[in-house]
Amino acid sequence: MGNLLTATGLKSYYRTVQGEEIKAVDDVSLEVREGEVLGIAGESGCGKSTLASVLSFTVLPPLYILGGEVRADGNNILVMDRETLRREIKGKYISIVPQGAMNSLNPTMRIKNFVIDVLEEHFSEISKEEALQRARERFEALSLPSRVLDAYPHQLSGGMKQRTVTVISTLLNPNVLIADEPTSALDVSSQKIVIKLLVELLRRKIIKSVVFITHELPLLRHFADRIAIMYAGKIVEIGPMEDIIFNPFHPYSRLLTSSVLVPEPGMKQKKIEAIPGVPPNLKNPPSGCRFHPRCPSYMEGLCNIEIPPLIEVKEDHRVSCFLYGGKNG
Amino acid sequence: MVEDRELLRVENLTRIFGSGKSQVRAVDNVSFSIKEGEIVSLLGESGSGKTTTARLILKLLPPTSGKIIFRGRDITYVSSRKELLNYWREVQAIFQDPFSSFNIFYSIRRVLNNALRLVSESISREEREEMIKEVLLSVGLNPAEILDKRPYELSGGQRQRIMLARVLLIRPKLLVADEPTSMIDASSRAGILNLLMELRNAYGMSIIFITHDIGLAYYTSDRLFIMNSGKIVEEGDAEEIINNPKDDYTKKLLEDVPVIHRKWEL
Repeated sequence: MGNLLTATGLKSYYRTVQGEEIKAVDDVSLEVREGEVLGIAGESGCGKSTLASVLSFTVLPPLYILGGEVRADGNNILVMDRETLRREIKGKYISIVPQGAMNSLNPTMRIKNFVIDVLEEHFSEISKEEALQRARERFEALSLPSRVLDAYPHQLSGGMKQRTVTVISTLLNPNVLIADEPTSALDVSSQKIVIKLLVELLRRKIIKSVVFITHELPLLRHFADRIAIMYAGKIVEIGPMEDIIFNPFHPYSRLLTSSVLVPEPGMKQKKIEAIPGVPPNLKNPPSGCRFHPRCPSYMEGLCNIEIPPLIEVKEDHRVSCFLYGGKNG
Repeated sequence: MVEDRELLRVENLTRIFGSGKSQVRAVDNVSFSIKEGEIVSLLGESGSGKTTTARLILKLLPPTSGKIIFRGRDITYVSSRKELLNYWREVQAIFQDPFSSFNIFYSIRRVLNNALRLVSESISREEREEMIKEVLLSVGLNPAEILDKRPYELSGGQRQRIMLARVLLIRPKLLVADEPTSMIDASSRAGILNLLMELRNAYGMSIIFITHDIGLAYYTSDRLFIMNSGKIVEEGDAEEIINNPKDDYTKKLLEDVPVIHRKWEL
């Protein structure tokens, strides 16, 4: 199956008033394939939410795109004018559920009025009744009670709000849904319901693929097809989910997967270790491989000087680390 | 590690908020006890009453009914400043929200100095400075960078570490840790937890974790108390509950936690 989105060499920096640059996304390439769930995982501040903004064209100053391209349907979307983007791409081709979206519902507006707004914006000829009817059918199809439409946001629980926001974001049947930490504020039972909803949206072909951004690796185990691990603004490893969870190559991915705490029999006897040190400040990221100051396999004279390229180590599995070759190109 | 002496016992603890129709029984007839050197977790989802239970134990909130017994003494109605200070010397807390736990006008040096003053008035200034530097290093912070900063200049994770540093200075008998790692990345969570567990091993400190993170609870605790709607629905050995949950609510909770070895059916 084809790629719905192809990003190449994306660079996106924040610029501060003092003229400093925070290199939040630095030379990132990845593709989103039709029918897949792509998980993007990493510690806070690794640039994963920035990547979500770039992929969904919700880049606002002080964030700027400095290079690279994002192709969808053969067009480089980054050079499209804002009006075409807004009419043709946003919500229809790519939709985003931003972090904390459930708290951004207008508290003085019933959900249905919000839905009508969204649909009227995209279909100027649609009547209020039609819009509402469409929303009601969609809510019912996804087994959300349609009484939600008559409610105000404060009358809904956190899990219900998150599901509502997700359904509204997919009303226009976008090809790609980007979900940025949609379940981080929810308890485990509501979290599972939101995940089920995403899987259901895929199954019904309402959406064609999901980019799921999270800091929780165990969650991706249950529904992702591929996982990309980000560190300090770069993708350090990308490959099939099972490979990344059970057999990661990059030293950072290894430490990350072994630092998770899950309630599994036998885990209590193990000593779980944290990754030493803290993620770097992206104003001045370390030279060479950005993970080298924290890396247990650090090679002096190599890792601190050259940037390891992303190279294929197995079928469909790429790693950016000199342990697996890649020196001198 | 775990001594046979009881440290804290709560009996039929109840706290009701509101009145009439809108009455909420946040904590409903909860009883349990903790031994010296024991680590337990009060585990539940949001709204289960676990944080209210913590506030009752910390004497930050009076109970509607029930008893709190600390080292054999009924402290439910202790209310004089002096007695409360004595209690807080032995029972300390780390809170969920490090954003609202510190006076924003105080530098970190002052925060930690105040903590030391709670322990003893007689330590000299130089000694205090030394002790503070030592604990900051042990929680993974650089004293030179941190001491003169104010809380709003630090990240959530750093603030949670400052709270840990306070605990290290005061060395209470009992620590109530309310979601202590919620602001800390998964990758450093284990480090903080290991540090807390070492405190138990070194000083016999007891810890009550208040958390919804079953992984955390299982990893750290000797015993678990599962809370739902203000009640304890299941309690027992951590290993036993994780391997063989009995209550329906516990079973559901364990099923919904993403684990690695078993994949969800979606």
